[in-house]
Formats: sequence, C-alpha cells, structure tokens
Amino acid sequence: MIEIKDLHKSYQMGSNSLHVLKGINFSVKEGELVAIMGSSGSGKSTLLNILGMLDEADTGSYFLDQVPIKGLNETKAAQYRNKFLGFVFQSFNLINYKSALENVALPLYYQRKKRKERTEKAMEYLGKVSLAEWATHLPSELSGGQKQRVAIARALAADPKVLLADEPTGALDSKTSYEVMDIIQGINDEGKTILVVTHEEDIANMCKRIVHLKDGVIVEDKAVEQVRASQYV
Amino acid sequence: MFDRDRWQEIFEAIGKNKLRTFLSGFTVALGILIFTILLGLGNGLLNSFLSSFVDDAQNVIFIRGGRTSKAFKGFQENRRIQFENEDFEFINSNYIGKVEYATPRIYRNGLAKYEKESGSYSIRAVHPDHQYLEKTIMMKGRYLNEADIVERTKNIVIGRLIEKDLFKNESALGKTLDVDGIAYKIVGVFQDSGGDNEERILYMPYKTVQLLFGNNEDLDQINISYNMAMDTEQAIAFSKQIEEDFKKKFNVSPDDQSAIRVRSFAEDIKETMVILGGIYALIFVVGIGTLISGVIGIGNIMTFSIKERTKELGIRKALGASPRSIVAMVLQESVLITAVAGYLGLLLGMLILKLIGNNLEDFFILNPKVDTGVIVVATITLILSGLLAGYIPARRAAKIKPIIALRDE
Repeated sequence: MIEIKDLHKSYQMGSNSLHVLKGINFSVKEGELVAIMGSSGSGKSTLLNILGMLDEADTGSYFLDQVPIKGLNETKAAQYRNKFLGFVFQSFNLINYKSALENVALPLYYQRKKRKERTEKAMEYLGKVSLAEWATHLPSELSGGQKQRVAIARALAADPKVLLADEPTGALDSKTSYEVMDIIQGINDEGKTILVVTHEEDIANMCKRIVHLKDGVIVEDKAVEQVRASQYV
Repeated sequence: MFDRDRWQEIFEAIGKNKLRTFLSGFTVALGILIFTILLGLGNGLLNSFLSSFVDDAQNVIFIRGGRTSKAFKGFQENRRIQFENEDFEFINSNYIGKVEYATPRIYRNGLAKYEKESGSYSIRAVHPDHQYLEKTIMMKGRYLNEADIVERTKNIVIGRLIEKDLFKNESALGKTLDVDGIAYKIVGVFQDSGGDNEERILYMPYKTVQLLFGNNEDLDQINISYNMAMDTEQAIAFSKQIEEDFKKKFNVSPDDQSAIRVRSFAEDIKETMVILGGIYALIFVVGIGTLISGVIGIGNIMTFSIKERTKELGIRKALGASPRSIVAMVLQESVLITAVAGYLGLLLGMLILKLIGNNLEDFFILNPKVDTGVIVVATITLILSGLLAGYIPARRAAKIKPIIALRDE
C-alpha cells in the first residue's frame, strides 16, 4: 500500500539547513495498523506530513497504492488527498461553525457528491463512531473524545485507502484515549490501513507494528502482540 | 459560479460569521450611501439652479432704454431713450429666424375694484407672445390675442391671487373689473411659478393702454426670446448685435453703457454651468474617493478574515479542496457581501433623498435624485469592486499550506 525508498528531507532554518529525514526505507501492506514512535525532533511528524502529501520530500520515492507521489501541483495534491487519505489530528481540527454532521460531510462535498448522498453517508459514519444522536451539535458542544470521534468519522467518510492519525490521543485522558483506540482498532479490523503517530507506549502497543524513529532514521521496526483497547473501556 | 452547493457553503460561512460579514458589509454600504446622497444633493443643486431660470423662458433677452451718458453726433448727454411701437416692429422684421417670440411691455399700477373688494396691482401691457416668454399658465379662459391688440379691446387677464383677493370664492371669468375708473372684462385667469408677486399681475393689450393713457406709442421695454437652435455663444453674439443696432438706431455712442440695456440669460446660464461643472467634479471626486475607501475597507476585512480562517481553509485543503475552489469561495463571498451591502446602501441613500425631498429648498437643493443610469453603473462597479477587493485575499488563501495552517498553536 505504501512504499518509501531512501527518503530525505531537510529544512532551511536561516543560514543552516536542518536534516530531518536521513534516508527512510519503509513499506506498509494493506490492512496494517502501524505506530510510528519517536521523541519530538525525531522526524515522525515530517514523515507523516510527507505521507499525507502535505509536504514533499527532497529526494527518494513514495508510492501510494502503486501511484507515484512526486511533483504534484496543489490541485492534484488536493485531489489525491481527497481520494487516498483520511486525516485525524491531535487538535481535532473540526470547523467550529459547522455541526458534527456537516463536518463529516465536508470531504464528500469536495468529491462532488450530491447533498442527499453526503448527508446519508455522513450519518452512517457518525453512527459508526456512535455519535448519530449528536449529529446537529457544534464542536463546541462536544467533549474532547466526541470531537476526535467526529474527526475519525470525517476521515473515513471519503473512504480513503489509508488513515493517517497524528497523535490522535495526545489531547485526551487515558480513558477517552482507549475509547478512541478501540474505534481505530475496529476500523482496522474491517481492513483499513492505518498509521498512528504517537509517543505513548500504551497507545503504540495497541497497534500491530511499531516503527521507532530517532534522529531521522528508523532504529527499530517490530511486530507486536496487539493489546485490545476494549478491555480498558 | 452557480453551483447550488457552493452557494450553500457560502451562505453558511456568512451566516455563522455575522460580525465579520456585518463589518465588511457596513463599510461598503456606508460608502455607497454617502456616494448616493452626495450625487443626489449635487443633482438637487443643479435642479435648483435650473429652476431659477424656469420662471421665465431660459432664452429671453430684455431690451430697455435708459439715459445716455455721453454726448454723441450732436446729441447732448442725459437724453432719455424712449422705445415706441416702431422699435418693436423693427425687431419683428429685422431678425427673422432668430427671434422666436417678442413682446413689448408697458408698466403701470392700478387700483382694481370689484363690488366691495379692492386692491392695488401691477399692470403689464403686453403682446400675446408674452404668455410664452413668461411661461404663463392659463387656469381658465384665454390669454390676450391678436384681435385684442388690433381692436384695442378692454379685455384683461388676471393672476390667480387677484381672483382670490377680489372675487373670494366666485369665478372672475367674464366679470367686469374696475381699474382706476375704467371697466375691463376679465377673459382669463392665470398662474405662474414665479411666486406670489407674479400671480398678482394684470395683463392688458399694449395698444389699449397706449390709447387710454396719453394716446401715444411709448413702450417701456421689449422682451424677446431667441431661437433655441442657437447655442450660448451665438445667443450672446445675437444680444450684442441687437445692442449695436439699437445704439445706431438711437444715435447712441457705441461705448455708452447706460442708454440701451440688453440683458440675456445666456451669459448667466453659461457661468452657472461652469460653476455646476465644478461642483459636479468635486462631488464625483469625493464620491469616488468614498467608494474606493469602501473597497479598500472590504479588501482589508477580507484579508483579516482569511487570516482568521487560516485554520479552516487549511482543514478544507487537507480534506481535498483545490486552490481554485478556495479562490472561488472567497471571491464569491466578497462579491455577495459587496453587492448586497452596496445595494442596501444605495436603497437607503435613495430613501433618504426621497425623505429630504424639497425640505432643503432654502439651501438651494431642489428635488435631489439619482437617475437609473447612475444606479446601473454603480451596481456594476460594486460587483467589480467586490471581485477586486476579494482577489488579493483569495490568492493568499489559495496559497495557504495546510501543513502550516494545521500546525498546533
């Protein structure tokens, strides 16, 4: 599903350049649930941004579902993001003046789906994260865990190939974190490929594979025995 | 552009950010409001200037005799110049094609009596053409006619207020009026837009007056109107020519200023038009300035609003919004706000002008209005300004990088 070869990325910080990613080789098969771990400055967020087409690598190749991701213009990148990827962010990033339902329906709007179909689909995914009865509420009326569930529903609404979650539990307490992870595991069980960036050991252990990043290189890549989140809920 | 879903997105964004919308709309509405009112008041000023000429026909030339101030060709100075019927006929026969209407005037005052009521009024002895020169409007009966002149009838026409003064609620038409002991028959009652004094005047055939008072052919003044086909310059030249011809006719020195007095409105109108042109230019500069500041205002607020919405636009882009759809969204929002707010400003301005109406007549503002052409131009300008005001912020919005927009705090 994801094929990365010898990926390099550096940022220009004034006169010195900061080499963030120093040759990453990494592949993910369909249906995997991968945790990307590392301390801050290890390059994990940069890697996720490149995977999410929000940023571009300097050198190296990136294939997503056999499609080369290289030199895309803004319009093409927007199209690919819409078609291939779903994003879940640490700070939820819901549009605050739109209801839960409208937030979930937004990616479908950019897929030019009809209004009726958008509403039906959005309702279906809200149901999946058990928030159907909160559909008309604004983000400000929801708890942190509920907001993240809305964000997950939104990421899934466009039926992407890969779900990218950047510290999805970073802003939540442990109990709510496990609830969110339970949902993510459930989605993975249905066959969706998911990448989770985290620095929390327990969250990483709820994935099926952990990739450790340090100073821009992968220092460890191991499969783990998945801890089910449902036992804590 | 007419994608229903996109409009729905825009209405949602507008409806849920009321303060922002209100602020940007307010600037534009205010700009247009001021522009409309300024323009309307300018037009009011124009109307007021024009109406000061409409009491009498605008193309009138007055010819009057005075006293000579210089000795000339053996005549002594301080000689009185007296016009007679022959001078009036001279005008009629000499300037064919150039003169539209011509009338002599003899001024008198008289005490008019009807039963117990009486009053002292101005009398003007005139030719029937006088009606057109003075823009006299007949309410009842008829004006003086050619037969009244030729037969020297004692038929008179009286002003509306004389009828009101003397006849109270009766109709004066056909009644006999005693003026200084002579009985006249009232054949018509008129009104005039020149004010009350103009409606307390008695008109008599000039030859009748000449016969009754002194049996002479004396005239006090000759009024003519020039052919409207002449432009202002030609009209000024024409009145100079009359002055020269009359000076020659009465053996007056060509540089004598007081003997023959020829006055036309042509020069006044020309001067007024120059002043009005200046006022108009000023109004336009101020108006356009206000409009531009309104557009800059909306541009500012849109830029600010893009800054405020950076995160939202970043989210939209992460979810698959193309740069084009972002540009279109911002532009459409800007055009919609500008057009609606501008239109409201325009309507409000027109309403205010309507309310002002003729209340500012004392300040020389009469019937202030803006015409449809200006409104159409203003509407198009509004939509274009909306596009202009939205374009720069829209470009900026399209360039937002989601990665930066979504960076946590």
